[in-house]
Parts: sequence; C-alpha cells; structure tokens
Amino acid sequence: MVEKDLQKTENVSATERIRNVKTFVPRVDIYENKDSLFLLADMPGVNEKTVDIELEKNILTIAGRVENGSVEDASLMYSEYEIGDYERVFTLSDEIDRDKIVATVKNGVLRLELPKAEKIKPKKIAIKAA
Amino acid sequence: MFNPGLWRVRRFSGLTPEMATLQREMNRLFSSVGQRPPQEYPAVNVWEKEGTAIVTAELPGMDPEKMDISVSGDSLSISGEFQQETFSDGVTYLRQERGIGAFKRNIQLPFQVDAQAVDARYEKGILVISLPRMKEDLPKKIKIQ
Repeated sequence: MVEKDLQKTENVSATERIRNVKTFVPRVDIYENKDSLFLLADMPGVNEKTVDIELEKNILTIAGRVENGSVEDASLMYSEYEIGDYERVFTLSDEIDRDKIVATVKNGVLRLELPKAEKIKPKKIAIKAA
Repeated sequence: MFNPGLWRVRRFSGLTPEMATLQREMNRLFSSVGQRPPQEYPAVNVWEKEGTAIVTAELPGMDPEKMDISVSGDSLSISGEFQQETFSDGVTYLRQERGIGAFKRNIQLPFQVDAQAVDARYEKGILVISLPRMKEDLPKKIKIQ
C-alpha cells in the first residue's frame, strides 16, 4: 500500500455542510456475486444509530456521524489523525431490490448487502439440440 | 582578529533572545516544506489526563482477540491483522481500498508505564489504551528546609 493511502482522505465537496466538522471519505471494498452486491466501508467511531444509508434511483449515499471523538477530561498532546464525519456517494449500475437491502455495522465497519433485482439476474439459456 | 559572532551579540545584546527565537521559529517553519512527516499505521492520537497517557487509534473491523498490545518500560507496541472476508466461488472484486495484511507499531512514551494498570478498550472500531505512569517515576516534590 502507498503511504498516503493509509491516512484518511478528506472529502472535498461543492456544497457546504451545516455542522462545522470535517468529513472524510471512507475506504470501501466492493464485490459482487450473481445475486448481490456487497459493500464494506471503514467508518471508525460510527455505530448503527449514527449511520445513514440512502438509495435514490441509482445513487447510493452512505453517511456516518461521529458524535464525539475526544477523550473526556483529557487534553490532546499529540495528534496524527483528525476526527470527523464520513460521506461517500456511489452510482450503482445495476437495478437493486431496495426492499431487501441489509445493512450492519460492526466494529466501525459498515456492511451493505444490496440484492440485485430479480429481472436483471443473468439467466442461463439452455440451447436445445436441433 | 575579534570574533564577529561575539561582536554581534554585544551590539544587539538586548535583542538576542528575540532574534534567536524568531530564527528558530522560521527554521522550524521551513524545515518541513515539501516533505510530509513519515506516518505509520495506525495513526494515533495521544491524550493526557492526570499523569495517564491515553492512546487512541482508529482500527476498523479488527478482531479484538487477535490484536496484540504490549507494554515494556516506556514503549507501547500494537500489532494485529486485518480481517479478510472469506468468499465462496463466483465472487468478483470491484474495489479494494481497505487494509489488508498485518501491521505493527511501536510508540515511545515520555515516561515509564505501570504495565499492571494498563487498560485497553475496543469500541466502534476505535482502540483506546490508557497507560498510567509508574508511581516511582512521578516527579517528587522537594521541601525546602
């Protein structure tokens, strides 16, 4: 891995946010099989209550709010990373069955399972011998 | 020959401390231009609270059982391995940005750590380790007779 890839990437968006906190781009893994699309996103500091997933047409937005990253009553002496929210937007190419989306958050990782809609699943066409 | 350095100091003797500070600041400011400090994984933040150092690191998706934290003297070492999903056949990767493999990081603290009293928690993908200072290592107050 390249050195800079280990660090959080700040989000550069055209629109400003109301909350005055930095937002970061969560690192993701995306993979698929014939039935579903899977998405894993690194969002440390986020739990199931503070994460938002939105799918509008084929735009998937994942956003996570980090409530408070500071240690109580302690003062910061040395800092290598910043704390902030997460946001990332994806355009999905396939039709997704939006009623069957499953999202879980565990240890700061968001896992999304996006089942493909029935009609676009590849169908095997049997060829009959003439 | 007189020493030019000495002469200069004498002439602006009243200004010397300020000049020295300014020069030091300028050097510090420009010394890091164009080069980022090398960063190791995981990035850490260090907090201080009543003689206890609190080290926090963002380590999403770790198995706490497989993370190894050890303390000896004044150094802390964190190591672990990223969890990989196991796949059945017919899976295609479209993007791979999250970490893979193993990591290890050593951090030196400015004091001796009481290894018995170290406490580590792992919550929401954030590792928090509190490292109290050794009692013998605490500064002693000396009474003036």
